[in-house]
Amino acid sequence: MTTITDPPKGEFRLSMLLYDTRYRSMTLQVIAALVLALALAYLYRNLAFNLREAGLNISFEFLGSPAGYDINQTLIEYDSQSSNFRAAMVGILNTLLVAFLACVTATVFGVLAGVLRLSNNWLVRKLMAVYVEVFRNIPVLIWIIIIFTIMTAVMPSPSAFRGDDPDSSMLFNLFAFTNRGVYVPGPYFTHGIGGEEGSIFNWLLAIAVLVGSFFATRAVTHRANNIQEKTGVRPKTLWINLAIWFVPIILLCLLLGLSWDVPVLKGFNFGGGLKVGGPLIALWFALSIYTGAFIAENVRAGILSVSKGQTEAASALGIRPRRVMSLVVLPQALRVIIPPLISQYLNITKNSSLAIAVGYADITATLGGITLNQTGRAIECVLLLMLFYLVISLLISAGMNVYNNTIKLKER
Amino acid sequence: MKKSVFLGALTVAGLAAGAAAATTLEDVKARGKLNCGVTTGLVGFAAPDANGEWNGFDVAVCRAVAAAVLGDASAVEFVPTTGKTRFTALASGEIDMLARNTTWTFSRDVDLKFEFVGVNYYDGQGFMIPKELGVSSAKDLDGATVCIQTGTTTELNLADFFRANNISYEPVPIETNAEAQQQYLAGACDVYTTDASGLAATRATFEDPTAHVLLPEIISKEPLGPLVRHGDNEWGDIVRWTLNALIAAEEYGVSSANIGELASGTDNPEINRLLGTEGTLGEMLGLDLEWAKRAIMANGNYGEIFAKNIGETTPIGLARGLNAQWTDGGLLYSPPFR
Repeated sequence: MTTITDPPKGEFRLSMLLYDTRYRSMTLQVIAALVLALALAYLYRNLAFNLREAGLNISFEFLGSPAGYDINQTLIEYDSQSSNFRAAMVGILNTLLVAFLACVTATVFGVLAGVLRLSNNWLVRKLMAVYVEVFRNIPVLIWIIIIFTIMTAVMPSPSAFRGDDPDSSMLFNLFAFTNRGVYVPGPYFTHGIGGEEGSIFNWLLAIAVLVGSFFATRAVTHRANNIQEKTGVRPKTLWINLAIWFVPIILLCLLLGLSWDVPVLKGFNFGGGLKVGGPLIALWFALSIYTGAFIAENVRAGILSVSKGQTEAASALGIRPRRVMSLVVLPQALRVIIPPLISQYLNITKNSSLAIAVGYADITATLGGITLNQTGRAIECVLLLMLFYLVISLLISAGMNVYNNTIKLKER
Repeated sequence: MKKSVFLGALTVAGLAAGAAAATTLEDVKARGKLNCGVTTGLVGFAAPDANGEWNGFDVAVCRAVAAAVLGDASAVEFVPTTGKTRFTALASGEIDMLARNTTWTFSRDVDLKFEFVGVNYYDGQGFMIPKELGVSSAKDLDGATVCIQTGTTTELNLADFFRANNISYEPVPIETNAEAQQQYLAGACDVYTTDASGLAATRATFEDPTAHVLLPEIISKEPLGPLVRHGDNEWGDIVRWTLNALIAAEEYGVSSANIGELASGTDNPEINRLLGTEGTLGEMLGLDLEWAKRAIMANGNYGEIFAKNIGETTPIGLARGLNAQWTDGGLLYSPPFR
C-alpha cells in the first residue's frame, strides 16, 4: 500500500480570523463597520427617545400646509397661500439660478484671468496675480456683504428718479440702476400663441429654434471639416453659420411680434420690465469673482502642464499665438483643468447657501430659514436641505464626469 | 462632510436633551448663573451699553429672575439670539428662559412646546416710512418694498395684511434689527415693519428721528412675553410669578424707593405676602421668602422698569397705553398673591 500525503488542507479555524493575514484585514473592517453601525443606531435611538421625551415627533406634513409668507423673487407662481413645499421649490429654483449663473461667469473670469496671468505683458500678468490673491484669500461671505453694501449705499434709490429734475435718470431711458436691483426692458410677444400675455410655449419655441440652429451649425462645421480633410481646402462657413443662427430666430420674433416692456417708475418702485434684484446681483457677482480666482489657478496649472515643446512646435508650423492657445494648448490643458473645476462648481452651489446674508430667497432661506422657523420643524427641514444639496452636488459631479470622460486622453 | 454634520446634529440633539433631565432650577443654582436669551440689540428692550452692560426692558425681566433665584441681579449670562435662532436655543437648553420681545401665539405655545409665562408688553405691528414719501396710511403702500425681520410673526402678518387689502409689496428679508435699520436708511426698502415698540426704539437711534413717521395702522396683536420650555412647570412658575411680582408691585405701590421700609411689615396683607413677611409663598416656589423683594429691588417695579427704559422721558418715548395697570385702564393684571 502506498500512502499519499496530501498537502495540508486549508482548514479554517476561528483564530485565523485574527492571526492569518489573509483574513485579518477583513475581520477588522467588519468590526469597524459594526462599531459604526452601532454608534449610528445609538445616536438615532437617542434622538428618537429625546424627541419623544420632549413630546415632539418627526413628520413631514407641514410641507403641505400654507407657507403664509411672501418671497421677493419667484420663478414659478407663488403667493403666501401656497404650500411650504411650493416655497421650497421656489427656493430650489432660485438656488439653481444663481448657481448656474455663477458657474458660467466664474468660468469666464477664471479662464480669462488664468490665461492672462501667463501673459508676456508684465502689467497684465501682475494685475491678474493681484486679482487672484486678493479675491481667493478673503472669505466669500465677506465679498457678498461688501458688494451688497456697496450696491445699496452707492446706487440711487428709486425715489431719486422721481420729480421734474431727478437726481438720477435712466440709461437711454431703458435701464434703471437702483439700489434695489437693475431694471431692464423685458421681452414679450404681442401676438404669441396663447394670448397677449404669452404662454411659456412661446419661449420654449424660441429655445427650440436656437437649439436647432446650434445643431445645424454643428453639421455645417462637420461637413467643412470633412471637405478640408479630403481636399485640403476649407470652405467658407462664416456667413452660412451666421445666417443659420440669426435668420430663423428673427423670423420667429417677427411672427410672434416680439416687443419690449420698458421699466417705468410707478409709485414706490419701477414697474414693468425685468428686475434683476440686488441680492441676486451681489450673490452672483461675489460667487463669480471669488470662485473665478480659484478657477484661474486651475487654468494656469493646466496650461503650464502642457509641455513647452508643444507651443514651440505649433509656432514653428506658423500658427499664430492665439490659435496656438485655442487649438494646441487649451485642448490638452483641459484634461488637467476639468477635474478640479468640478470641485469649484460644487463649491459655488454650496456657497450659494450664504444667500440669506443679503436676503436672497434660496432654498436655505425659504425651507431652511422661514419655513423652519415658522413651523419649528428643524430636524425635518435640515434633513431635506442636506438631501437637496447632496443630490444636486452628485448630479453636477456626475454631469461633469461625463464631460471629463469625453475630453480625457483616450487610452486604447 | 455631510455625514459628519448629520452625526454632529444628532449628537447635539441627544446631548442637549440629556442635559435637561435635571430640573432647570437645579441647573441654574448649580451653575450660579441664569442663561437668558435676548435680542441681538434693540435699544430700550435689550442692548449692551457703552460698558458692555446689558440694559433694557426685557433685560430687566432676566435680572429680576436672577435676583429671585440666585440673589444676584448681575448673575445673568445674556445670550443674543436672532428671530431664527431663539426657539432652537430655548428648546435645546442653551438658555433657561427667553425674554426677547417674542409674540405669544397658539402654535408657539402648543406646537413648538413652549410655555409663555405672561405678557410684559402688549404690542402691535406697525409701519415706519420716511416722511418725504408723503404716505399717511398703510393702505397706500401698494408696490412698496418692505424690510422685514425674517422668522417673526410680523412676516406672516404682513403677508396677511397685504393680501386682505389686495395690494402688492416686495419683501426684503433681514436677519437682525441693525441690518434692517441700515437697509431702510439706505433706501433699499421704502418701509420698515415690526412691532410698534421696536419701530419707536429703532427710530430713536436715527440721526434725525423726525424725518420718519409711524403709520397709524396697527395690523396685529403682539403680546410679547418671556417664555420657557414645556415640561418643567416649577421653573415656569418661578418666571411667571417673578413677572407677576413686578406687575403687582406697581399696583400696590411698592417701588425700589420704599421697598426697604415696606419689607419690615405693613398693614396690607397682600404686600406682606408679596414681600415675604407673611405666609410662605417663596417656599412654595422652592425659593426663600424674600425672592420677590429681591426681584423688585433689582430694577424696581414694572412701572419703574418701563419709565427707565422705554417710557416717555426716554428717547424711545412710548406711552403706557395698553401697558398701564388695569386700575388705570390698561391690560396689566397680576393674579393675586395668595
